[in-house]
Amino acid sequence: MQFLALIGSVVLAFLAHIGRLTLFTATAISHCARPPIYFRLIGRQMIDIGYYSLPVVGLTAIFSGMVLALQSYTGFARFAAGSENAVANVVVVSLTRELGPVLAGLMVAGRIGASMAAEIGTMRVTEQLDALTTLSTNPFKYLVVPRIVAGTMMLPVLVLIADIIGVFGGFVVSVYKLGFNPAAYISNSYDFMQPLDVISGLVKAGVFGFTIAVMGCYAGYHSKGGAQGVGAATTNAVVSSSILILTFNYIITELFFGT
Amino acid sequence: MNTTAETTVPKISLKDVHKSFGAKSVLDGINLDIAKGESVVVIGGSGTGKSVLIKCIIGILQPDSGLIAVDGEDVTHVPANARDAVNRKFGMLFQGGALFDSLPVWENVAFGLMQREHLSRAQAKARAVETLEKVGLSPDVGELSPAELSGGMQKRVGLARAIAGEPEIVFFDEPTTGLDPIMGDVINDLIIACVKQQGITALSITHDMHSARKIGDRITMLYQGKLIWDGAARDVDHADNPFVDQFVHGNAEGPIKMQVRR
Repeated sequence: MQFLALIGSVVLAFLAHIGRLTLFTATAISHCARPPIYFRLIGRQMIDIGYYSLPVVGLTAIFSGMVLALQSYTGFARFAAGSENAVANVVVVSLTRELGPVLAGLMVAGRIGASMAAEIGTMRVTEQLDALTTLSTNPFKYLVVPRIVAGTMMLPVLVLIADIIGVFGGFVVSVYKLGFNPAAYISNSYDFMQPLDVISGLVKAGVFGFTIAVMGCYAGYHSKGGAQGVGAATTNAVVSSSILILTFNYIITELFFGT
Repeated sequence: MNTTAETTVPKISLKDVHKSFGAKSVLDGINLDIAKGESVVVIGGSGTGKSVLIKCIIGILQPDSGLIAVDGEDVTHVPANARDAVNRKFGMLFQGGALFDSLPVWENVAFGLMQREHLSRAQAKARAVETLEKVGLSPDVGELSPAELSGGMQKRVGLARAIAGEPEIVFFDEPTTGLDPIMGDVINDLIIACVKQQGITALSITHDMHSARKIGDRITMLYQGKLIWDGAARDVDHADNPFVDQFVHGNAEGPIKMQVRR
């Protein structure tokens, strides 16, 4: 019976967690539409999420593009000829559809999700969230909404830039290391790419940005118990948003390209 | 409604307020009336639920049962958007200061002014500097970040933030805890000057008896979820209650047994 009680309590705790998260998300979304909207804070978050994530996302993208070109060239050498065309196509399709959004999402989850959880979590344990309430300021409006809006809007921008940088990385390796014709590479990339490849990637990015911000804010908002609690909140934010990113990635791919 | 009835309505009134966390009952039937302009101090050991009491009144926590009224108006079950109107009457000094470390000192003090009264940044800053002066801080302190201030200065800024919006009621959560005795007394004097002398109603919680005697008109003691004693501040030293006597004199021996776990 002890064993059954254990299973029961784990399931109940899990369901309560899901319930809290759903309520949190619904409250946050409802506050997005109601004034007052803190444009200053949204702007600051956009700079933090969009601009300051550029180096890390750009580096991730360029190396992904480079390694993709190298791997597909050496890999395709085992199959038939014509690999020169295939490399450009593989690079552009895999970057825009998959690697751009997923890698940018994971990097931003580590950078931004963690800092959101740590900042809001510290505000929770030092009573700053309570202080906001006593000063007639809703913590959702003041802290959560700007992060969610900025995350959802900036991730697609970051991914678009990552796509371009990644394709450039593939181009550099193909032309300077593998000795492809640069003009042919560019026209191959351009001709083969379809709008839906890029659009699906940007939709993914928007969903990932929303997920990262919600999970970061949620973990921070519900953290308790001092430094250890804030540490746990930070870990939870990064782990849960990374897993959700990979899950949503599959679901969205299925919606766009599933037969 | 005639004028005598208005004057007898307590500023804050708690009736049979209960609050528990899990199996632990923290507030177990609290009854407390605070008149307008009165300064009431709740004393009690650490972890006895003094902070919970204040958090229930300002709406951060929801009591399980009972009634809390401010100016005769029930505030226990108000919707979130009406809560703001109630909170406008409140100011609060938090135990750790709870200053927003992402903002400079003046913006901390002016925060409520900008949010509630929608003052422009320049107007709010002027008011913030004025309020900082009231608590004995020069205008250049306003440009510092809260992390650069000492504990006593942070308390002063917290006090300035609490009174900047000219509230009707101010709550003090252990105003002197963590300060040296002299700085503690400076804060006591500031509380008297900024709150008591302005006719603002005050509810403080503390375990610092010197501070309690000084800032309180009335003292009440919270023990095991109940208010076990209530009387004028000058009577606390001869309360004739073994619990209060033990607490006031700080004796390890007596009817109060230290709870190790909360």
